[in-house]
Amino acid sequence: MTDLSAQPGPALVSPAQSIYVTSPAMKRRNAAETRFRAYGLVAIALSLTMLALMLVTIFRDGTSSFFQARLGYPVELSEKVLDPKGNRNRDEMAKVTTVGYGKVLAAGLMAELERQKIDLGGLKPKEVAELISKDAAGSLRAMVLADPALIGSTIDASVFAAGRIDGYLKGRVTLESAKLDSNISPEQLHLADRMRAAGLLGSGWNWEFFTNPDASDQRPEAAGLGVALLGSLYLMILVAVMCVPVGVAASIYLEEFAPKNTLTDAIEVNVSNLAAVPSIVYGILGLSIFINVLGLPQSSSLVGALVISLMTLPTIIIATRASIRAVPPSIRDAALGVGASKMQTVFHHVLPLAMPGILTGTILGLAAGLGQSAPLLLIGMVAFVDNHPSVPVEGFLDPATALPVQIYTWVTRSDPAFVERSNGAIIVLLAFLVTMNLLAILLRRKFERRW
Amino acid sequence: MSVLMLLAVIGALALAAFVLARHRALASAGGNPRDLHSLPNYYGWNGAIWVLLPAMAGLVLWLVVQPMVVESRISGTLPAELVTDAAARALTMADVRRVAGGLDTAVAAGALSADGSGQIDSQTTDIRAVLAGVGVALGDEVSPEVLAAAQDYRAMTAWGAAARSALVLALALAGLFRGVSRGHKEFRARNEVEKVVLGLLVAASSIAILTTLGIVGSMITETADFFTKYPLKDFFFSLTWSPNFKGNSDLGMIPLLWGTLYVTLVALIVCVPVGLFTAIYLAEYASRATRSWVKPLIEVIAGIPTVVFGIFALVTVGPFLRDWFAAPMGLGDSGSSVMTAGLVIGILNIPFISSLSDDIINAVPQSLRDGSYGLGATKSETVRQVILPAALPGIVGAVLMAASRAIGETMVVVMGAGAAAQLSLNPFDAMTTMTVKIVGQLTGDTDFAAPETLVAFALGMTLFLITLGLNVFALYIVRKYREQYE
Repeated sequence: MTDLSAQPGPALVSPAQSIYVTSPAMKRRNAAETRFRAYGLVAIALSLTMLALMLVTIFRDGTSSFFQARLGYPVELSEKVLDPKGNRNRDEMAKVTTVGYGKVLAAGLMAELERQKIDLGGLKPKEVAELISKDAAGSLRAMVLADPALIGSTIDASVFAAGRIDGYLKGRVTLESAKLDSNISPEQLHLADRMRAAGLLGSGWNWEFFTNPDASDQRPEAAGLGVALLGSLYLMILVAVMCVPVGVAASIYLEEFAPKNTLTDAIEVNVSNLAAVPSIVYGILGLSIFINVLGLPQSSSLVGALVISLMTLPTIIIATRASIRAVPPSIRDAALGVGASKMQTVFHHVLPLAMPGILTGTILGLAAGLGQSAPLLLIGMVAFVDNHPSVPVEGFLDPATALPVQIYTWVTRSDPAFVERSNGAIIVLLAFLVTMNLLAILLRRKFERRW
Repeated sequence: MSVLMLLAVIGALALAAFVLARHRALASAGGNPRDLHSLPNYYGWNGAIWVLLPAMAGLVLWLVVQPMVVESRISGTLPAELVTDAAARALTMADVRRVAGGLDTAVAAGALSADGSGQIDSQTTDIRAVLAGVGVALGDEVSPEVLAAAQDYRAMTAWGAAARSALVLALALAGLFRGVSRGHKEFRARNEVEKVVLGLLVAASSIAILTTLGIVGSMITETADFFTKYPLKDFFFSLTWSPNFKGNSDLGMIPLLWGTLYVTLVALIVCVPVGLFTAIYLAEYASRATRSWVKPLIEVIAGIPTVVFGIFALVTVGPFLRDWFAAPMGLGDSGSSVMTAGLVIGILNIPFISSLSDDIINAVPQSLRDGSYGLGATKSETVRQVILPAALPGIVGAVLMAASRAIGETMVVVMGAGAAAQLSLNPFDAMTTMTVKIVGQLTGDTDFAAPETLVAFALGMTLFLITLGLNVFALYIVRKYREQYE
C-alpha cells in the first residue's frame, strides 16, 4: 500500500498552461458553444417574429372592417314612386323594384345636398348617386314592404356608402388610385370630403358585419358574416352531438374493456393513422359517401359536420384515452372490491374522475374542427349563400358556409375591400379559438388533479 | 307521421317502458329493492332499451332502404326513350323528384288541394306556373311521363311513410310489452343492460375502422372507374397536366407530384432546422421561466387555422418575395410560388417539429448527459455528439410526419402556390400540387362520369397512400427507438 499522493507524479497541467488561462482549443470550443446557443435563440426569435408579423398584419388590415362608412340624411318616401296605386297593398307595392327605391334614395341625397348648399363639383346626379351603396335600395325596400305605413313620410335614412367611399375613409382608396378606377372619380371623393365635413357621411360601428349574409362582388360594403357564423355554430353543435359521445364511448371500450385481439389492434392502428390522414381526403370521403351515395344535400351543415366529426374523432379518442389512463388503478380496485360491476366501476367512478381531461380534449378538438376549411370546400360549403339557414332541425340541411371558408372565398375576390373583410373575419375566428383554448386551460387548471 | 314526430313517440314510449318495468319489478319483490337481482333502475333501463333499440334500428333501416326501392321501381316504369343511358336516367329521375317535391310543397302551401294534386294533368294545367307560384323552379315543361312517374313517386313515398310509421310503432310497442313483461325480481336486468352498453361501446369504436373502410372504399371504386376511362400508364407517367372539360385531356400526375414534393422540400428546409434548434434550446438551455412562456407561444402557431396561413402567404409573403427576391434576381414575377407556399408551410410546421423533438430530447436519459459532462464536454458538444445521436430515430420520425403534413396541406398551397402545372426548377415559379388540383377538379359543377372529375379521386388515393406510408414508416422508427431505453 503506497500513498499515491505522497509520490510526486508527472503534473497533469504544466505551469505554463494554467487552467486559468484559456487554451486556444478551449476558446474555439467556447465560441462554438456560444454560436450553438445563439442558433437556438435565433430559431425561437424567427418563429415568434413570424407569428407576430402574421398577427400584426391581420389586425392592421382587419380591424377596419368592424367600422363602416354610412350616409345619414332624410329621405322622403314618395308615394308616387313607391306605391303608384296608393292602396298600400303589399303585393302591388312589391312590383316596384329596387331601381325605384334607388331613385328615391338618390333624390333624397340630392335634395339634402342642395339644402345644405354643398358644392357638387360639377358631378351629375347619377354620379352623386353612385356614392350610395348598391345594397341600400334593397334594404330600404325590405324596410318599406315590412311597414307600408312609412310611405309618404320622411325618414332619417342611414345607409351604407359605396365600397370605394368606405375605402377612401379608411385610406385604402386614394385620389391617385381613383384616377385609374372606373368605379370612382377624384371629384366624387372631393364631394365625399365635403359631405363628411357637413356631417352627411360618417363612419360607425358595423353590426351588419356580424349579421348580414355574403354579398356579391359589386357590394363589398354589405357583405357580412351572418351565414358563416350561423353555419359554424351549426357545425359545432352537430360535431359536439355526434362526435363526443362516440369518441368517449370508443375510448372507454379501448381503454377498459377491449381484449387483446386482432380487432382491437386494428382499431388502435386505425385511430392513430386516421389522425394523420390529410384533411382533404376527408373531404373526398364526404363528397363521395355522404353526398353521392347517401344523397344528403350539398353545402349543408349536416354533411360538413359529419366530415369534421370523422376528422375530430381521433383527436378526441386520443385525449380521452389519456385522461382515462390517468385515473389510478386503485380507484378501480376499490370500486370492484365493494362489489361494483366492471361497467359500474367505469361509469360511476372512472369516467367522472376523467371528465375534466375529456372536456379539455373535447374543447381543443372542437377548436381544431372550427378552423377546418379544406374538406368543406369539397362538399360545396364554398358556394355563395345569401340566405341565412333556417332554425334547426331543418336548418341543418340548408345550404350554409363556415367562417374559415368565408375567409377563403372573400380573399379570392378581386376587390381589395374583400381582403379587409377577410382579415376582419379572421379576427372573429381567432377570437373564438382563443376563447375556446382559454376555456380549456382554465378547466384544466381548475380541475387538474395529481394522484 | 314525420320522422321527428316518430322519434318523439319512441322517446315517450321508452320513458313509459322505463317507469312501468321498474314499477313491475319492484312490485314483484313486494316493494323491497333488496329482493331484486339488480338495482331497480336497471329494470327500467332494460324496458327502455327494448323499446329504443328495435324501433330505432327499424327506422334507420327503413330510411335508408325506402328511397333506393322507390327509385329503382320508378325508374323501371319510365319509358325507354327517357332513360337511354345512365346520365339521362339520372336527369329524368332528378326531374321526377323535383316535380314530386314541388307538388308536395304546393299542397303544403295551399296552392293545390290534396285531391287536386293527385288528379293534376299536364295537358290542362300549367304545372310549371303552379309550382313557380310556391317557389319551386322547374327548368322545362313537365312531360306527361314525368308527371305520371312523379305521381307514382309521391304515392309510393306516402305509402312508405305510412308503412314506416306503422312498422316502427309496432316494433316499439312489441318492445315495450317484452321489456315490461320481463320486469321480474329473478330477472338479471343489470347483466342484460350491461351487455347492450358494451355492444354500443364496441359499435362506437368500430367507427374508426368504418371511416378507414369508407375512405379506402370510396376512393378505390372511383379510382377504378377513372382508370377505365383513362389509361393508368398515362396518369402515372405522362409529363403534362392539361385537363379539358370538353374531353381529350392530358392528366399526367408527374407535374403535380413534382410541385408537391418541391413545396414539401422547401417547407422541410425551413421547419427542420428552426424547429430542431427551438427544441434543443428549450430542452437544454432555457430556464424554466423562459420555457414556460416560449413553449405555449410557439404552440399558438399550431392552433391557428391553415386558412389564415394561406392568407398570410397570399397577401404578405407572396408579394414580399416577389418584390424583394424574385423580381430583382430576375427569377420571375409571380406572387404565388413554390417558395411562398413552402416557406409558409414550413412556418406552420415549426411547432410540430419542435414539440415532437422536445419530447424526444427530454426522453434521453439524464445519465447520458451526466456522462458526457463528466468527460468534460461542453453543452453543445453533448447535444451534438450524445443527445442528437440518441434521439435521432425519433427526430427522423418527426421529420417524416412533418413531411406527410406538408404533402397533405391544402389551403396554403391553394392560395400560395399557384395553379399552373409545370415542371420547373425555379422555386419562384408558380407551380401546383396534388391537393390544389383535387380542390380544383371537385369544386363547382362537376360531372362524376368525366375523367377530369374522377382524376381527383386517383390523386386523392395517391396522396392518401403516400401520407399513410410516411406515417407508418415514422411510427415504425419511433417505436423501434423507444425500445432502446426501456
